[in-house]
Amino acid sequence: MEHTVKAFDEDITKLRGLIAQMGGMAEVAVQNAMDALVKGDDALAEKIIADDKKLDALESEVDKLAVRIIALRAPMADDLREVIAALKIAGVVERIGDYSKAIAKAGRQIEDRKKFGPLTLVPAMGEIAAEMVHDAMTAYAARDAVLAREVIVTDEKVDNFYESIFRNLVSHMVENPSTISSAAQMLFVARNLERIGDHATNVAEMVHFAATGAYPVDADF
Amino acid sequence: MDERRPLPWLGLALAVIGAGGMLVLGEQPLVALAVLVLWGCSLWLAIAEPPPIAPQKSNGAFSRDTMGELIEHSGTPLMLVEKGRVAIANQAAREVLGAHIVGQDVRVALRHPEAIALADRARAGTALVKGLARRHDIWRISLQPLDEGVAVIEMINRTAEADISRSHTDFVANASHELRTPLASIIGYAETLAEESGDGDPAMREKFLGTILRESRRLKGLVDDLMSLSRIEAEKHEQPSDLIDLKPLVESSARDAAGAERVQRIAFDLAADLCVRGDQQQLEQLVRNLVDNALKYGAAEAPVTVSLDAAQGGQARIAVTDRGEGIAPEHLPHLTRRFYRTDPGRSRASGGTGLGLAIVKHIVERHRGRLDIDSEVGKGTSVVVRIPLSTKAAQDLS
Repeated sequence: MEHTVKAFDEDITKLRGLIAQMGGMAEVAVQNAMDALVKGDDALAEKIIADDKKLDALESEVDKLAVRIIALRAPMADDLREVIAALKIAGVVERIGDYSKAIAKAGRQIEDRKKFGPLTLVPAMGEIAAEMVHDAMTAYAARDAVLAREVIVTDEKVDNFYESIFRNLVSHMVENPSTISSAAQMLFVARNLERIGDHATNVAEMVHFAATGAYPVDADF
Repeated sequence: MDERRPLPWLGLALAVIGAGGMLVLGEQPLVALAVLVLWGCSLWLAIAEPPPIAPQKSNGAFSRDTMGELIEHSGTPLMLVEKGRVAIANQAAREVLGAHIVGQDVRVALRHPEAIALADRARAGTALVKGLARRHDIWRISLQPLDEGVAVIEMINRTAEADISRSHTDFVANASHELRTPLASIIGYAETLAEESGDGDPAMREKFLGTILRESRRLKGLVDDLMSLSRIEAEKHEQPSDLIDLKPLVESSARDAAGAERVQRIAFDLAADLCVRGDQQQLEQLVRNLVDNALKYGAAEAPVTVSLDAAQGGQARIAVTDRGEGIAPEHLPHLTRRFYRTDPGRSRASGGTGLGLAIVKHIVERHRGRLDIDSEVGKGTSVVVRIPLSTKAAQDLS
């Protein structure tokens, strides 16, 4: 994509760079949140909460740049789609960071994490959610509509996981009333992971939109 | 050296004309001669300078244009970053990070916060980064600034080293348990037989010996599977390079897995001319394991469909579908774990080692493919393997 106005090209490249940077931070946040939960690492949880501020700062930087591009350069067609998609993706990625922060916070309140039985399914779910975020950001970087569709299809797996974890935890609560508060926190973790999956799907839809100009058709899913 | 210096003929002619003019105007001949000599010498000196500059010029061109060609075929992923943009990425870097990175912001290429921090700092340094291209891979990235705004980034894959220590501990824990179970019954039955010393019921003896034989065979199968699993794991990070035509391979290994008595249950639907880069033995094992599973766990007389076709995004798709009782959704995510069983008793009775799908998963990973398992309780299970077509074959297709 060569533009006659070099400054415009530079702006778009910078915008994409910022989005990629946000995506990388969100990927690490999801991964760290799961690691902190499984290992019971409170220092790591603190770090996630602190790092989320940087993600917020980046989002406002993206906002400013995108608004400036629209105001000064009046982009058309695929350039406009690119800027609009960037604006939306930045918001969504920032939310993914927030959910990771929420997982880190909830994790601290689960007593005896290492011995907590129902912990087995949640990391597997976290793995898929983190992979979705990773693939969505790779699809964004490569403008890869096919990979974006794959991310969208994967969301079903995360939803299935959530249902299965929900049932497991409810029966666990019935059998072990003493662990209800921990189990409830665990439920929030699973819920947040499910939301992360949904948001990765949103990013993928936006990537599909920026690449092709159309939102993916739902017929296949 | 002096002979090579071209004489500035035009300038000298001007000087001669000038001196002639001065004489005509009535200047002293000595002054005119002095002016002529001064002109001539300074012209000659001035024109003699350029030659040394010429080689320097070609040197300058070498540093930028030829650098791309120079690093292109290096096995190590290398990138040249200029003012925050990827100016050059060699073949290895494009394979790892994707061909789209050239011309993009370096943050699009690296994405990981620690790697970006390194690139932003613009000082020489290294960082160990987890999850750069694929999740869970480990890369050591080093940055070396060249001159203003230009830096070289080198990436070295450290994944293999980190994997080895982890898989060792996993292996010992799981395998010892699985190996002990058949050994315990072999020892138990053998001891009973030894105590009876020949005066027992012959039918009972037959039964005990049968059990010992069956358990020994299971033990052998387990050891075989463990060995191939560890072999695949050892080669996990080397991409296989043989060009393989999938159709004959899938057909022959599916027949092989079924054997003479089950082969008529298989329905083939194979597309021709799909070539991938792969490892012949491992791909055969992949198909054998999938077909064997489908025949074993599908309904006794129901057909098993083995299909091969081209999928989206330049991939070959191998699907093995059975019509059996299916797998409950809560088991699906765990199926590829070693020694995971949905129904321990039944799986052991049918001679399964619990490693079949783990092996399949590792083979698929080594071939940079994807494994998807879909199942509906009461209807059946479909296992789909997608492997990227070899680039040459993919070009032919499109």
